[in-house]
Amino acid sequence: MAADTALAAPIADRRPRARRATVGLAVFLAAVSVASLAIGASGTSLWGALSTLATGGELSQMERVVLWDIRLPRLALGILVGAALAVSGAVMQGLFRNPLADPGLVGVSAGAGLGAITAIVLGGLLPAAMVASVGNWSVPVAAFLGGWASVILLYRVSTRRGRTSVATMLLAGIALGALAGAVSGILVYMADDRQLRDLTFWGLGSLAGANWAKVWVAGPMILAAVGASLLLGRGLNGLAMGEATAHHLGIDVQRLKNGAILTVAAATGAAVAVSGGIGFVGIVVPHLLRLATGPDHTHLLLNCALLGAALLLLADVIARVIIAPAELPIGIVTAVLGAPVFLWILLRRRGMVDL
Amino acid sequence: MTRPIRLPLLLAAAAALALAPPAAAAEAERASRILSVGGAVTEIVYALGEEDRLVARDATSTWPPEAESLPDVGYMRALSPEGVLSVAPDLIVAEEGAGPPETVDLLRAAEIPFVTVPDATDAAGVLARIRAVGQALGVSGKAAALADEVGAELHAAVAAAEAAPGAPKRVLFVLSTQGGRIMASGTGTAAAGIIELAGGVNAVAEFEGYKQMTDEAVAGAAPDVILMMDRGGDHASSDAELFAMPAIATTPAAEARAVVRMDGLTLLGFGPRTAEAVTALSEALHGG
Repeated sequence: MAADTALAAPIADRRPRARRATVGLAVFLAAVSVASLAIGASGTSLWGALSTLATGGELSQMERVVLWDIRLPRLALGILVGAALAVSGAVMQGLFRNPLADPGLVGVSAGAGLGAITAIVLGGLLPAAMVASVGNWSVPVAAFLGGWASVILLYRVSTRRGRTSVATMLLAGIALGALAGAVSGILVYMADDRQLRDLTFWGLGSLAGANWAKVWVAGPMILAAVGASLLLGRGLNGLAMGEATAHHLGIDVQRLKNGAILTVAAATGAAVAVSGGIGFVGIVVPHLLRLATGPDHTHLLLNCALLGAALLLLADVIARVIIAPAELPIGIVTAVLGAPVFLWILLRRRGMVDL
Repeated sequence: MTRPIRLPLLLAAAAALALAPPAAAAEAERASRILSVGGAVTEIVYALGEEDRLVARDATSTWPPEAESLPDVGYMRALSPEGVLSVAPDLIVAEEGAGPPETVDLLRAAEIPFVTVPDATDAAGVLARIRAVGQALGVSGKAAALADEVGAELHAAVAAAEAAPGAPKRVLFVLSTQGGRIMASGTGTAAAGIIELAGGVNAVAEFEGYKQMTDEAVAGAAPDVILMMDRGGDHASSDAELFAMPAIATTPAAEARAVVRMDGLTLLGFGPRTAEAVTALSEALHGG
């Protein structure tokens, strides 16, 4: 009897708990956002600038550049990328019914990495006129196109007569990843030492290159993709019980798969293109929330977006001040913070995570 | 309290700007908070005696030792815009390749003059760099004198290296031997440049840049001397390891146990100490 209530209680309690978590996470995100505007290597004060504006004064050149051109686009990009990575991770784990799934499984990361490496190494071979017109965009555009190309390829390989097999996708993804790795290896061999440093930094990710142009280009796509994936919650809940059960529950499984793959490719592709490879957010954030508020995707996806955005912003604030005036690549910070927390959760609640 | 002052001040500043001579020249004269990006650029600023105007440096600027006490804005290819702004520079002098481009764009938007100093892999390049830094700092006269001085030193060092007795040595510059794989310098690199200045012959002419070489290619290059960057540590044991590598064991260099280790920035920086590097390398080649 006591055991029964102990089992039943958390399930009954989790919905309000998840809703309270949503409110709490929104507040946390707002607080971190303010911190991200207020904290930086330069002495520029957000409060000083706000009070200047409030009294009708003019901002100094330094205040305008630091707050408007550096910190604000960085804040916007951090929220977009963090939300994109965390939600994509949760959707992938739901789709593959595997706690280790991440957006890399649909081939986005391998393809985007290959695209970025190609642009970095071969960019110098383009005609000068073309380089001038493409400018700083060659790496993000190539990463985005590479990500999409490999998703489309993988999707076509694993879809037969209108049915996508996630198992085939998983295996084909490993093969495609190995192939992309090999081609990247050839390019790495051709790269000079400066390009090698660029490659390493790209792979560790950074929000330091944030500017408004990137926000305007990546923002709408990430917002649309994350928004659309929030609608997948009910379907993913059904899928958790297996494809056949989901089908009998009235869920159009193939449409769900298409939706999941499309939104993950769009969100992750755009995020990786503007910020490079940032690891761990897509794995740690969904698991933290599953352990705290349960596996119900209808709440999980929104909460993932909020927590992913907040944690990435927090990591970015640390990355930019810890060795100021220099800066750490953010991928190092997310891994250093994420890995021990993740291990600690696994050790504490070993019995709760069933592989 | 400050409000009444602001408008007249702004007007005064605007008037000053309008009356000032062309902006770049005027700023170069006055720049007193300089950020130096790149080891060679920083060395040149010190050699010009203008180090009092430096406020910060990048991670590659490690010479002279005093430079290391300046704030470090990070690796020159991964500069953070706010990090750079936080040291409030009024002039940035950077080696070619400093970036990323997004940061450079933002710094330009912040109206901080950003001067790029060209790459160098030969004697003329060193002098061009000195003149470029001098011009950026508004001390062209001093820079011309320094360039003359460095040019004369280089000329003498190169002449002495050429006059050294014996046939020119075939030199293999080994960047790393990580995991038993030899990463060596081909043509067009700073290493190839300094080897040539010191009267040696680069043992590799088949490829450009730094590449991993197969063991047979290393043996086929038949270097008389192995040149490496000095990373400290126990030389005797690392020499033993180096000459025990199958690729190197069969070369004339291994027979003569000829390895030269020099400080990376001195050897490859192509800054004011290039003549020193040429002389030291030439002596090491012919002494060893």
